Amino acid sequence: MSGGVLTDPEPVARSLPAGLHTWWRMLVICLEERLAYRSDFAIGTLMRFLPIVTQVFLWTAVFAASNRSDIAGYSRDNIVAYYLLTMITRAFSSMPGLAGGIARSIRDGSVKKYLIQPVDYVSFLLASRVAHKVVYYIVAIVPFAIVFFVCRGYFPAPPDGLTVLAYLLSLVLSFLLGFFLEATLGMIGFWFLEVSSIIFAYMLLQYLLSGHMFPIDMLEGIPTGLSGVSLADVVHWLPFQYTAYFPASVWLGKIQGWDLVLGLAVEVVWLVVMVLVCRLAWWRGTCRYSGFGG
Amino acid sequence: MHNRSESSADRVIEVEGLTKQYRVFDKPEGLWASVRGLFHRESRVIEALRGVDLRVNRGEFLAMLGPNGAGKTTFLKLLSGIITPTRGTARVLGHVPWERTDDFRRRFALVMGQKNQLWWDLPAAESFRLHQEIYRIEPRRFARIRDELVDMLQVGRLLGQPVRELSLGERMKLELVAALLHEPEVLFLDEPTIGLDVVAQHTIHEFLRRVQRQRSVTVILTTHYMKDVAALCERVVVVTSGSILYDGSLEQIVDRFTTHKVVTLDFEEPPPAEQVQRFGFPWEMRGPRVTLRIDRTQIAEVLPRLLADKQVRDVSVEDVPLEEIVAGLFRGASAAANTSTEPAGVE
Repeated sequence: MSGGVLTDPEPVARSLPAGLHTWWRMLVICLEERLAYRSDFAIGTLMRFLPIVTQVFLWTAVFAASNRSDIAGYSRDNIVAYYLLTMITRAFSSMPGLAGGIARSIRDGSVKKYLIQPVDYVSFLLASRVAHKVVYYIVAIVPFAIVFFVCRGYFPAPPDGLTVLAYLLSLVLSFLLGFFLEATLGMIGFWFLEVSSIIFAYMLLQYLLSGHMFPIDMLEGIPTGLSGVSLADVVHWLPFQYTAYFPASVWLGKIQGWDLVLGLAVEVVWLVVMVLVCRLAWWRGTCRYSGFGG
Repeated sequence: MHNRSESSADRVIEVEGLTKQYRVFDKPEGLWASVRGLFHRESRVIEALRGVDLRVNRGEFLAMLGPNGAGKTTFLKLLSGIITPTRGTARVLGHVPWERTDDFRRRFALVMGQKNQLWWDLPAAESFRLHQEIYRIEPRRFARIRDELVDMLQVGRLLGQPVRELSLGERMKLELVAALLHEPEVLFLDEPTIGLDVVAQHTIHEFLRRVQRQRSVTVILTTHYMKDVAALCERVVVVTSGSILYDGSLEQIVDRFTTHKVVTLDFEEPPPAEQVQRFGFPWEMRGPRVTLRIDRTQIAEVLPRLLADKQVRDVSVEDVPLEEIVAGLFRGASAAANTSTEPAGVE
């Protein structure tokens, strides 16, 4: 028998923080990896503001043509502020490459590493995504600050402390919800080898229904076929709005009091549901996995 | 039926009736066929493993040989818990691999020659640190084992370089270090020397032999290189079309599957073909060198006659090269699978 064989984890690892410690190490290693791509980030961040310029021109034209100062409760300034705020929400909730990356790791077999090692793939992805975001914020804070300073005139007075807290909470939740939505989407790779069209369809739906394209209040009055239920009512119960519309509207003071509490509660429920669905997809997926790619 | 006298504590791997079927979809050529394929796809079942039984004891170094697609990698994937079988049972260190408990996963390692576990853009030292955390290796022990392994392979100077900048051989050495940091009791190696030069192959052979002896690790190695097998393994399992064709020592393969020896005659100058013909054995001539294939039972009787030939300068008698025997086994098995008769070459 070999004396050196490690059959029992060392005492250090038996204590509770061991899992946290592992998580911290994963975060650090992901940070190091991400920093290799920092210049890529800086350019990407600035480019992200470009569509806003188009949106501002578009809405200026819309307001000019309609001769109204208010569309669905938004003034022209409100609209600009809204788009800038959704940029912040998207900085938390968008997960570039997550779903596609998971699907690719399934297709090319690199997911095997996480089946062999005593590590949980989803936790690992989460750590890696937190690292991804942290590096992104460090790089993006300068362009964001410049744009918001230049556009400060469009914003109403900042909300009270409690609303700011609710806003921050909704941002953190939007990160987690965005993560689990896309991670689950990526797990479809276990069933279909080619998921890019599914991801594309999801992105389109998400762009429309999250409020990223336009504030979802504008869907008010669009009938769904059910009496008295507008499209906006349906969209308000879906998880997508939390990845763009909801936090922005909280900051703008459009969602307050009881609505705010209810909104956050529904967001938490969606988060729990998506965590469970993601787990289930991983479990079912690995059961039918056939280890492609040699 | 089973031999109960052997202590079960020493039995590290126990596999019974392991079967794995894959459903594959045929993709016919042509646009119209592809359109039809959207609605209805023809599928068929491929049997990658057909009821494999295998027992491996602690400290054994076992080689799995077989042509491409024989089921070797599928076998290792099953034993590592990456995939689940269609039928059959397997226990590795007392665990059912595809339950993937952390306790099991801390006790084995899988190294694939064509896949990396190291982080591509980071120095290997960082990946090692992550392994330390994932496998919960106590820091002092980690440092000691890492230094030992790094010393053995002399890769210390490579630890700080991003893995993507390393050569294939260097990378493979670091992969092996990473896989052994947590001192696995069972090690699966899937073509670890694929694409490596002779020097790197040799280094890795030496390393594996030392590690395996020192720590009495149980190793299953799949490979296409007979050099790997000859250098490392006492036990050889030949797999073809998903079944085990042979399980035994390397020497016995030669005894069991060959009926003749190769006799090489060196002449002063190339002899006329009729003269070689007259020996009455299958022959081959390259310059003044003639090789004959002679039945083993006849060697003693034939050899004096050959030596009596005045023009023969030198004679050597050798076994049929291992590559050739194994290639014959593979061919025989695939021929047998096609005609469903007894595999040719099996006595």
